[in-house]
Amino acid sequence: MKTLAELKIGESAVIASFTDDTLSLKLIEMGCLPGEMVRLQHVAPLGCPFAIEVSGYLLSMRKSEAATVLVN
Amino acid sequence: MPDTLLKEKLQSANPLKIALVGNPNSGKSTLFNALTGLNQRTGNFPGVTVDKKTGYCKAEDPETKRIHTFEVIDLPGTYSLYPKSIDEQVTFDVLFDTERPEYPDIIVAVIDSSNIKRNLLLATQLLDLGRPIVFAFNMMDVAEKKGITVEIEKAKKLFGVPVITIDSRHREGMGDLKNNFFEACSAPAPFITLSDHLDKNYIDSVHRHHQQSSEYASLLKQANGSEKATVTIFNIKPFRKFESRDTLLRFEKIKKIISETLSYHENRQDVKLSDKIDDYTTHPVWGFIIFLTILFFIFQSIFYLAEFPMGWIESGFVWLGQTASAALPQGPLNSLLVDGIIAGLSGVAVFIPQIALLFGFIAVLEDSGYMARVSFIMDKLMRKVGLNGRSVIPLISGVACAVPAIMSTRTISNVKERIITIMITPLMSCSARLPVYTLLISLMVPDDGSNRFFSTKGFMLMALYLIGFIAAIAAALVFKFILKAKERSYFIMELPIYRLPQPKTIFITMFEKVKVFLLDAGKIIVAISVVLWFLSTHAPGNSFENIEKKYSESTLSKQETETKMNAEKLEASYAGLLGKKIEPFIRPLGFDWKIGISLVTSFAAREVFVGTMATIYSAGDKENTSSIREKMSADKNPVTGLKTYSVAVCWSLLIFYAFAMQCMSTLAVVYRETKSWKWPVIQLLYMSALAYLSSFVVYQMLS
Repeated sequence: MKTLAELKIGESAVIASFTDDTLSLKLIEMGCLPGEMVRLQHVAPLGCPFAIEVSGYLLSMRKSEAATVLVN
Repeated sequence: MPDTLLKEKLQSANPLKIALVGNPNSGKSTLFNALTGLNQRTGNFPGVTVDKKTGYCKAEDPETKRIHTFEVIDLPGTYSLYPKSIDEQVTFDVLFDTERPEYPDIIVAVIDSSNIKRNLLLATQLLDLGRPIVFAFNMMDVAEKKGITVEIEKAKKLFGVPVITIDSRHREGMGDLKNNFFEACSAPAPFITLSDHLDKNYIDSVHRHHQQSSEYASLLKQANGSEKATVTIFNIKPFRKFESRDTLLRFEKIKKIISETLSYHENRQDVKLSDKIDDYTTHPVWGFIIFLTILFFIFQSIFYLAEFPMGWIESGFVWLGQTASAALPQGPLNSLLVDGIIAGLSGVAVFIPQIALLFGFIAVLEDSGYMARVSFIMDKLMRKVGLNGRSVIPLISGVACAVPAIMSTRTISNVKERIITIMITPLMSCSARLPVYTLLISLMVPDDGSNRFFSTKGFMLMALYLIGFIAAIAAALVFKFILKAKERSYFIMELPIYRLPQPKTIFITMFEKVKVFLLDAGKIIVAISVVLWFLSTHAPGNSFENIEKKYSESTLSKQETETKMNAEKLEASYAGLLGKKIEPFIRPLGFDWKIGISLVTSFAAREVFVGTMATIYSAGDKENTSSIREKMSADKNPVTGLKTYSVAVCWSLLIFYAFAMQCMSTLAVVYRETKSWKWPVIQLLYMSALAYLSSFVVYQMLS
């Protein structure tokens, strides 16, 4: 199992679970639900933050934040 | 079924209060502008610096045909009723504190229809507050392009409250929305049944204590209310555990509803275009090129476009001053009005063009969606020094003027990052320093008549801007370690799709920002101007009379007498005495009392340095820099016989002006933006200390 931070640009994955409780609540509110399909769309010039497509919109998060999301 | 209590309230003379609540980027502010137009005002929520926008709109009751006025409040965007930032907490407090004057009678849940799933989370939480509510599915234009249509009748039945579709950017559905103010009602049943998931006794006891509009509302108030007292009465753990489950349960139900009330057909043109644009704006090379090009364009415009209206404002006030001076009898009152108040007002008004232009551009960047990309590409760099991706715009705006730059830090939602940005922005060399830099550099490097593109002067000027920038970054690093963070820094945010900015939104932003500056900071600036005027035009005892007597028998021409007399008067005035008093203190920096006087008067604005120097050296025409330069250049130290303005003194002064906080307008704005005198005082102290020490080192090294 890998984390969202390890995806390559254009790669899709399905959210499995979270490793940070406080962040998970925030991420769930933003539509990152377990079972939801996500896709790494853009990476900022210096390798962080990430822009991820989830439930039809573009969501940005830092690499460290993406690393708390486990995906399949 | 319309709410009966609401019908009763409609009969009273007080306008009903309507709160617009929705996710960030759901088009809330456009809806607010469409409803209220210019009939709005921006203030602060008490205790925090979050913009509070309220306004009025009129609507006709379709039943009685009577016209009612409603007070509309635009609450800060939030993703849920579990607040995680100050903005979200403000929205929460307004919705839950019945004592607050803003406590709304009707909630309008603004839903971005192109992003229904995420937006319905908040909407269903609002529904469960059990208060009169209207669901407004906004941004139907974008949704339609995405191939989404909402089946209103089905949605109405499912939620049990009025549901309408609107497009606030094109002002469609406004009449429908207003009609539904009168239909607003609470949901017949909660979206999530709490007793299925929490202990009934627990719910009852919390609800009995808080007496909110619903059990859910009482629990939320218990868990997230600002009032500290409530926290200890009940154990909030059971509810805290429930929070993420509540969110998941809601999403599960929302998914089902969406499949029943929405029809999708795949058509994602706008999204594809937006994605294409992002390929360039977030590209490692193109991203920065595009950003720098836009910045270059903005600051060229602020520098050059603002110059014309600033000139008109200045000459307008000069004319006003002359007219007033001629119309009134000579005397202290005349001087107070012309040199104190009118000059002070002029000093305030002269900022209007820069503020309006900068906020016009910022509104374009925000409204188009590009601002989110600026944060996106700059976040990593800025975070290293304790700043935020959004700090870039204020910092660079500081090169034009720190006043609008500091006003623009409101988009930074993290308090620590915002404070650091405010504290360091005035170290960027602003346009008011330019006349001082030019004068001092020309004292060191005499004009050799050549007009090369690369000149020593140019390099020195660039070095000064660079020194300011480096000092700002260094100060940011220091503040990063000193200041305590009250909240965690997130970067979890939506990158909205690109849209064409709306002229109306931009115009209203410019208008509101100028208004706020004039009303809030303007008062302080005029007051300090009057104090400075007093200090430089009054002297203890009868020293002014003695000077006048001395020159009354002068054989010089009238103009020469006047300039000589003014120089002596300034020297004898309180400001002059103050300059002399501080001489021992500034001597280690290489400054004499004449420079001391200029430091005192410069507090009104840095460029006053040039004018004060002109008066002190009796240069006559204040506008003529070359004559000031000649006089200053010729000035000799009475003891050593050497030039007063040696290279060491010039550099010491340059560094002092680069670092010192000599701008009352900036301090007034920092006070306004931080709501306390603590930050402007710290800023004044740390910048003065930095200026003093740096000048000391520079002077001692060079002399």
